[in-house]
Amino acid sequence: MKYLCLVYLERGKLRSVPDRECAACGDGFRKDGVLLAAEALQPVDTAATVRVRNGKVSVVDGPFAETKEQLAGFYLLDAANLDAAIEAAAKIPPAREGSIEVRAVRELDV
Amino acid sequence: MEAPEDVRKKVDALYVAESRRVLATLIRLLGDFDAAEEALQDAFRAALEQWPREGVPANPRAWLVSTGRFKAIDGLRRRARFDALEDAGVNADVAVIDSDAWADREAVEDDRLRLIFTCCHPALAPDAQVALTLREVCGLTTEEIARAFLTPPPTLAQRIVRAKAKIRDARIPYQVPQGPELPDRLDAVLRVIYLVFNEGYAASSGASLMRNDLSAEAIRLGRLLVDLLPEPEAIGLLALMLLHESRRASRTSESGELVLLEDQDRSRWDQAQIDEGRRLVERALRTRRFGPYTIQAAISAVHADARTASETDWNEIVELYDLLWRSDPSPVIELNRAVAVAMRDGPGAGLALIDAILDRGDLLEYRLAHAARADLCRRLGRSDEARQSYARALSLTRQEPERRFLERRLAEVS
Repeated sequence: MKYLCLVYLERGKLRSVPDRECAACGDGFRKDGVLLAAEALQPVDTAATVRVRNGKVSVVDGPFAETKEQLAGFYLLDAANLDAAIEAAAKIPPAREGSIEVRAVRELDV
Repeated sequence: MEAPEDVRKKVDALYVAESRRVLATLIRLLGDFDAAEEALQDAFRAALEQWPREGVPANPRAWLVSTGRFKAIDGLRRRARFDALEDAGVNADVAVIDSDAWADREAVEDDRLRLIFTCCHPALAPDAQVALTLREVCGLTTEEIARAFLTPPPTLAQRIVRAKAKIRDARIPYQVPQGPELPDRLDAVLRVIYLVFNEGYAASSGASLMRNDLSAEAIRLGRLLVDLLPEPEAIGLLALMLLHESRRASRTSESGELVLLEDQDRSRWDQAQIDEGRRLVERALRTRRFGPYTIQAAISAVHADARTASETDWNEIVELYDLLWRSDPSPVIELNRAVAVAMRDGPGAGLALIDAILDRGDLLEYRLAHAARADLCRRLGRSDEARQSYARALSLTRQEPERRFLERRLAEVS
């Protein structure tokens, strides 16, 4: 089963974990054969929010919701079950500074 | 051949004694809570039909498990959802009855533990953990749980449906956690059991009857857990619940008023529960790996040892609170310690400790801190301060018997 581990950090802590550590974490997941994808994200003020209403595209700056923590990156992992995914998520370095939301991937109903 | 009436009685008794075990194993075999519940009902229905004709099988539990499993697989086949079954990891070709494996005590008891840990998984919301545990592990109906928690039945039912969906969709595993995970996960289970107990113990007037049942249910759960996984804190929690429960009859008067520990008729304490609680405390303490539940049980056991309130070994209790505070340094424990110090060294010593907590800004909204302060001021003859603190406690309490108790005390010092 695939789990998306979403890394959330407060604005001031976005660079509090050295990139080197995050890269090493990804390498570890790759070696264990559980890594499907992982990326770090630019801060939310670089974001654009897109909506289509009545066929018309509207674009505004910034994220949809103002929250204290922002999405800073993600790891897409392959794990046997939620406990295995939680165990892996606990190894993601920003877990020390912010939080990791572990979400199961839903297969499209087609 | 037994008479149909006798068979029916036997099936009813089996349902009470074994249905939770059968369900726990069916969840493992079928990989799904709802399918397992349906299979369980089908298996008992089949027993009612077949046993009067064919006789009661030698191992009824194994029969029920294999029948339930067969019916579930058969049903899925007929609904042409065979693919889903294979996804769930069930190999339908192995429909042969492997009753030895299912009758194996260890495997089956493991299933019960799996069920407990899954229902108390920290990824589920706390109220969902409680509802699911009472429903699946204890076998209470949704209506019974709703009544006990003063929740509308549809809300409660929805909570259970969502929890089961989360177990399925997020794939919360059906397993007993191992190694370094176990202590935290066991804590979560103990928290659920203690919450159920307290919900029953802190009986508010109207619904008190149903709520006593919750305490009994929590004690049953505690016993089951100690049987399956005799960890020191599981033993300590069972001891704590038994020792509290031993005083149930004496902690409220006939008119429903609160009776303080020091004023209780100790001859009405349940001696069998005290003896069992005490033995369990000693067992947990001997492991040297005990924690807060065991220490609280030990404190409760010291009270139980005293024939009258004045014979209480307050020195021992203060020392146990010191120990408790080291394992869980919270202001509430500090408050309890202060009350014990007041009993040992006099109200002035206790009051100084409570004032230190309040001056720090802790427990300002905690009614029992103000009630304890009021009581010590009353004993010191400081009526003005006692009145103020009783009034503060009154403004914070939401429990009816407690409110009446505080009002009586307030009237006494006015």
